[in-house]
Amino acid sequence: MNPLSRFFSGLRARGGVHPDGRKGLSAEPPIRILPMPERLYVPLQQHVGACARLSVLVGDKLLKGQLIGASGGNISAPVHAPTSGRVVAIGEFPSPHPSGLPGATVTIEPDGDDRCIEAVVPNDPFDLSPEEIATRVGAAGIVGLGGATFPSAVKLKLSRKSGISTLIVNGGECEPYLTCDDRLMRERASGIVEGIRLIAYAAGAREMLVGIEDNKPEAIAAMRLAAAGSEVQIKVVPAMYPMGWDKQMIQVLTGREVPAEGRSAEIGVLVHNVATAWAVYQAIRFGRPLVSRVVTVSGAAVVAPGNLEVPIGALAADLIAASGGLLTQPQRLVLGGPMMGTQLPHLNVPMVKGSSGLLALTGKEIGLPQPAPCIRCSNCVRACPVGLLPLEMAAHIRAADLSAAVGFGLKDCIGCGSCSYVCPAHIPLVHFFNYARGELAAQEKGKLRTEATRKLADSREERMQRIAREREEAARQRAARKAAADAAKKAAAMEAARLAATENQEELV
Amino acid sequence: MFIAIFSLTLLGGALGLFLGYAARRLAVEGNPLVEEIQAILPGSQCGQCGFPGCAGAAQALANHEAPVTLCPPGGREVVALLAAKLGVEVNLTEVADTVPQVAEVLEDLCIGCTRCYKACPTDAILGAAKQIHAVFREACTACGKCVEVCPTEATRLIPVPVTLQSWYWSKPSLQGATA
Repeated sequence: MNPLSRFFSGLRARGGVHPDGRKGLSAEPPIRILPMPERLYVPLQQHVGACARLSVLVGDKLLKGQLIGASGGNISAPVHAPTSGRVVAIGEFPSPHPSGLPGATVTIEPDGDDRCIEAVVPNDPFDLSPEEIATRVGAAGIVGLGGATFPSAVKLKLSRKSGISTLIVNGGECEPYLTCDDRLMRERASGIVEGIRLIAYAAGAREMLVGIEDNKPEAIAAMRLAAAGSEVQIKVVPAMYPMGWDKQMIQVLTGREVPAEGRSAEIGVLVHNVATAWAVYQAIRFGRPLVSRVVTVSGAAVVAPGNLEVPIGALAADLIAASGGLLTQPQRLVLGGPMMGTQLPHLNVPMVKGSSGLLALTGKEIGLPQPAPCIRCSNCVRACPVGLLPLEMAAHIRAADLSAAVGFGLKDCIGCGSCSYVCPAHIPLVHFFNYARGELAAQEKGKLRTEATRKLADSREERMQRIAREREEAARQRAARKAAADAAKKAAAMEAARLAATENQEELV
Repeated sequence: MFIAIFSLTLLGGALGLFLGYAARRLAVEGNPLVEEIQAILPGSQCGQCGFPGCAGAAQALANHEAPVTLCPPGGREVVALLAAKLGVEVNLTEVADTVPQVAEVLEDLCIGCTRCYKACPTDAILGAAKQIHAVFREACTACGKCVEVCPTEATRLIPVPVTLQSWYWSKPSLQGATA
């Protein structure tokens, strides 16, 4: 990209930082297939929304691609068997989550055959109706593979409803270390391009743009070659963080800004990741559900960094072993990229649909500086891609004044970590914001709970009163009946007495 | 000067008469604040605050005779709402020390006597005679009435278990630093 256009598209991007990419560690070796591990641990919750509903039992024989968890609601995604084998356990297993808490997981013992389930696919996928494509994408369990893990079919159906003009496919991959999308674009460009055309057809988008950062020249060349002759346009964007944030990408490519707390559909744009486009291609063209993904294994503690195509449910330890093991004890294990990824407690956690990278970082790479007082240098304000005031928000959260932080735009924060990255005082700004959002959500839940409790208490009170009333009513009726019976008896007795008296009198007479 | 004194006296007098009339004409029966406070309280009438039910507690709160932190089942959210309603300063971080709890039935000890579910103000316990009882965690306010009535000590209060859905980051502690 020439310096002038670079300058202009750079102007459109707000904030951002330029961290050392360190992509060279893993970018060169081609994608390798992970040898099938001895056990796969497939969590049922791998997406945003309702948990998948279990549909297998312990001991069941499975084929690759067979359903093991059905979609659990409107916003949910099914989960499929990553290989053929047997279900050996269903229960709790540590989830790839910073808390290390367990989640519902299906444990599968692969039989080594990797036999696929039969799939019915059309000769030309464009014969299918757009709705049918969206339904198939949903049935294949495809979620946003850039890390957000939002069910893709929901996005497709919503876009048709709201009228989308532009599909943007995100090949930004701005996180340092990660090269999985880069490798995918270099090696599987034609499949991605067909996936993009399928998504655009399903969503009703006319314009198709692929945004790729200018630090991936090989990927740009490969994608340009694959897209030649089609309506898919490859656009080069300047390398900066967070260029892969969908709203940043939209602004750089189209010049339009998504309103605060709004969705990209409001300005007629739909954004999907390149890996999602590949998964859509696999699902529609070959009927293969999403059961594997490319994961970058990197970091200075790894012997042979690179990209692995791994079945969902492979343990982090399997990935490290397949990458030659560890050089030294890593200081920190990260799932995802170093800016927005989550810290892993140990290597005994499975890879899920949203796992883009597994990083084993040394102490030298992370650095653990002590936080110091804020000097109000406003570096964080300049770095914020959303245009917020991180220093003010953090100060209010520290003083337990969350509503003031919300007033400063806490809910618009995307947690990209640019502010924490540039802070010369090493204040964990994003940690503050994540805490505050969790706390606000908990408070909101508590309010709903209080309301529900009151309803329960009121209805119980009402029921108790009704029961007491009915009891009283019944007692009154009983008393009335008894009184009536008594009166009748009395009357009868009196009548008898009177009759007897008259008889006596008659006798006397 | 006399004009000024005269006009101000007249103005004061007229306004005073008007206010006096308005106070009589627009007098409010009872304290509306009590009702508003009662709307904030959970309404489970558990009596943990020491007042006879939520109405009594609301009355005491309106008269500033009770602290806003009086309601254990309400938790931090109710404290925050009450403090905002009454214009009281309160340190929420201290309230946070009381962990939210739920009731639990120990199935080994439960004899199915039905006393706990009859006592539960929110119908959070399910059971029948001679059947083991169970607690609906979503409906339980941890008022402790079931614990009091259980003859075999089979009910107890436990901290609400943290799940993947409810977990969130703890507040970062900065030793000596100011954000």
